[in-house]
Amino acid sequence: MFAEIEQYFRTERLPHIWCPGCTNGIIVKSIVEAIQKAGLDQDKTVIVSGIGCSSRATGYLNFNTLHTTHGRALAFASGVKLANPELNVFVITGDGDCTSIGGNHFIHSARRNMDLNVILFNNNIYGMTGGQYSPMSPSGAKATTAPYGNIERPFDICNLAIAAGATYVARGNSFNTRQLTDIIYNGIANKGFSFVEAIASCPVYYGRKNKLGNAADMLKWQRDNCITKEAADRLPLEKKQGKVVTGILHHEPAPEYTTEYQKIIDKFQGGEES
Amino acid sequence: MRDSWEIRLGGSGGQGLITGGIILAEAAILEGKQAVQSQSYGPESRGGSSKAEVIISKENIDYMKVRAADLLLVMSPEAAKKYVDDVKEEGIIILDSTYVKDCEPKKGKVYKVDISRIARQDVGREVVANIVALGVIVGLTGVVSQEALEKAILARVPKGTEEMNKKALAAGFQAIKSVVNAA
Amino acid sequence: MNVTSINARLMQGNQACAEGAIYAGARFYAGYPITPSTEIAEVLAERLPQVGGKFIQMEDEIASMAAIVGASLTGAKSMTATSGPGFSLKQENLGYAVLSEVPCVVVDVQRLGPSTGGPTAPSQGDIMQARWGTHGDHPIIAISPSSVQECFELTVKAFNLSERFRIPVLMMLDEVIGHMRERIIIPAPGELEIVDRKKPKVAPSQYVPYEPQDDSLVPPMANFGEGYRYHVTGLLHDDTGFPSNSPAVMGEHQDRLHEKIRRGLHEIIMVEEVQTEDADVLLVAFGCMARSAARAVKEARAKGQKVGMLRLITIWPFPEEALRQLAEKVKAIIVPEMNLGQVVDVVKSAVEGKVPVYGICQADGEIIPPERILEKIEEVL
Repeated sequence: MFAEIEQYFRTERLPHIWCPGCTNGIIVKSIVEAIQKAGLDQDKTVIVSGIGCSSRATGYLNFNTLHTTHGRALAFASGVKLANPELNVFVITGDGDCTSIGGNHFIHSARRNMDLNVILFNNNIYGMTGGQYSPMSPSGAKATTAPYGNIERPFDICNLAIAAGATYVARGNSFNTRQLTDIIYNGIANKGFSFVEAIASCPVYYGRKNKLGNAADMLKWQRDNCITKEAADRLPLEKKQGKVVTGILHHEPAPEYTTEYQKIIDKFQGGEES
Repeated sequence: MRDSWEIRLGGSGGQGLITGGIILAEAAILEGKQAVQSQSYGPESRGGSSKAEVIISKENIDYMKVRAADLLLVMSPEAAKKYVDDVKEEGIIILDSTYVKDCEPKKGKVYKVDISRIARQDVGREVVANIVALGVIVGLTGVVSQEALEKAILARVPKGTEEMNKKALAAGFQAIKSVVNAA
Repeated sequence: MNVTSINARLMQGNQACAEGAIYAGARFYAGYPITPSTEIAEVLAERLPQVGGKFIQMEDEIASMAAIVGASLTGAKSMTATSGPGFSLKQENLGYAVLSEVPCVVVDVQRLGPSTGGPTAPSQGDIMQARWGTHGDHPIIAISPSSVQECFELTVKAFNLSERFRIPVLMMLDEVIGHMRERIIIPAPGELEIVDRKKPKVAPSQYVPYEPQDDSLVPPMANFGEGYRYHVTGLLHDDTGFPSNSPAVMGEHQDRLHEKIRRGLHEIIMVEEVQTEDADVLLVAFGCMARSAARAVKEARAKGQKVGMLRLITIWPFPEEALRQLAEKVKAIIVPEMNLGQVVDVVKSAVEGKVPVYGICQADGEIIPPERILEKIEEVL
């Protein structure tokens, strides 16, 4: 454990349940580094998660933590934030949790623009249930429920977030942690719905099923196939084929929900009447 | 004078019968009586059938639905067909003769009043037919006082329409007086 | 005119439920439009910001249930309201609130089911779903008001029980009670008791979030943001709140959830007895059916028949003890209910064959009229 971030962990709950080679821990470290950099008070910070491998992170984090039901983290988090807007609210979710069973909550949370910081751990597979395909498994990928290759098309979840009205959208990966910490940090600064897709690797299920090599090979893939938005903007279309664009993809502030709601309450100044 | 009134108002959605039932119940409560108002309606908010029920009593009211009505008001042919038999032998039936023709109830004392036409022509807008009807009901039965009824109406109707509604109420009182005198 | 009749007014059941929530201190509502409960959301959308509270229309029923649990964890007394199809959708997160012991109130204005069923037709068909709708073994509290006045007062009670026992409390209205308007006297502030959740007395470093501090077995509850950082999960867990696979820990957790309710039965169970002292026939009724049964009692008595009623105000946990005592005295029990036989079977099981139990079961969107109950009384006497 790194001493400078130890205060953010419930060290007595470690070791974690993640498999060797899983990059969830790397992403969690970027989250707490971003929280530290933003100087957020742990007592005033709530981390909400759904169900799945990544959602187990809340158990290890030394904040007010809420490990909810499958797909519903954003809905629980919306209740926390609206009831007490002073709290900093983070949501940790996975590709199955957020984009499949939680898809409706995702688009509506993006549209509503409540000040939530959402980090989606995308490992392209359902890990906790043993390797089924998710809405973010690439076409052709193998999974226990796609033994002949996935015939569905995956979401580009960042484009979906933008279309649904998210005011801050970014993508990072678990190889370039400095970039990942930065984009989470910038998301915290955005007063509104901030969404970060963090590319994770699951060597045990996704990697093995799809012959992607060991954990190190999968991280090298991230290194070699991700390009920053700045670089991508300078490249001709044919050179961008097959590349994953990272960095801040969209930032367009809009009125934040709890602030707007407070304006309605303020019209009734004079206090409680009932 | 009865201690307890079971009143059924039947017609089409949009005729304001549910509002009428609520106003009648509110008038009863203003007088310190007990009142229960309930309703049934189809999924459409205009057209379709609509029924409001009001029970007014000096005692506590247990069962909240009208069984056999002491008073039935019907403002559409469909409602007439549906409800005209569920009236007590000594009950009262008020037919809005603007819309309900060819209806000869087998029991109850029947009053035919041109309610919707009066609202349209004498008051100026058919939308107040429900208020005319309340005037007819209260003018005939005294189930609540005319003062309580007027107070309840004015508390419920939109601002700016008070005069029109007072006119409608007066027209209802007058109409039933003429019908009773002619009989 | 005395004081009470000055304060008397005509109010709809759903509105009284919403006003009762505000009186109880509810400051958060999340919901989704559904007939015949929508008026509750409409009233609270208008009223909550006036008292500094929050209203949100969520994207669906599931999200509404989730949001009130999240809000309650910050200390806000929270409520949602729905009807049959929405009640089905809420079940998973309702179970979450039971297991993680988060106080909240869920109103179900029952309509005719199954499925879309009859959206504007009354029913009492969700009684068993209230008990067993979410998966696994779990305790629950469900309350059924029979008047507009009770819609108000029992909503206050529902919040009190929820805060006291850290459990979701279900307000089981029906379309008749929810939509009818009748005379209500709004209690003055302070007139009804208001209960708030017990807070921890220890320092954050000493706080063990699910460790009971007294015989009630209800642990004190800290709110998020107050310095007591702790973990809330839907996994079975030990007193620290962290999950465990140990059969001993999981079993203990389940046992405590049930035992805290068992120990509180004297505070939870509410019934009303009507002319039961000398009754030969006992009617067992709840919700709007209790109004029809009350009339049947009156008319049967007028004919010289000795009929009484046990009105179930609390439905779950089931008032078995009150029923058993009456079963010793009466010759027959009749259960009129607007479903095809839900409470009647519970009654049969509670009286263990001591007296014959008859159901009058009807699921056609109409309230069962007093006449049908009177016919049945003739039949069994």
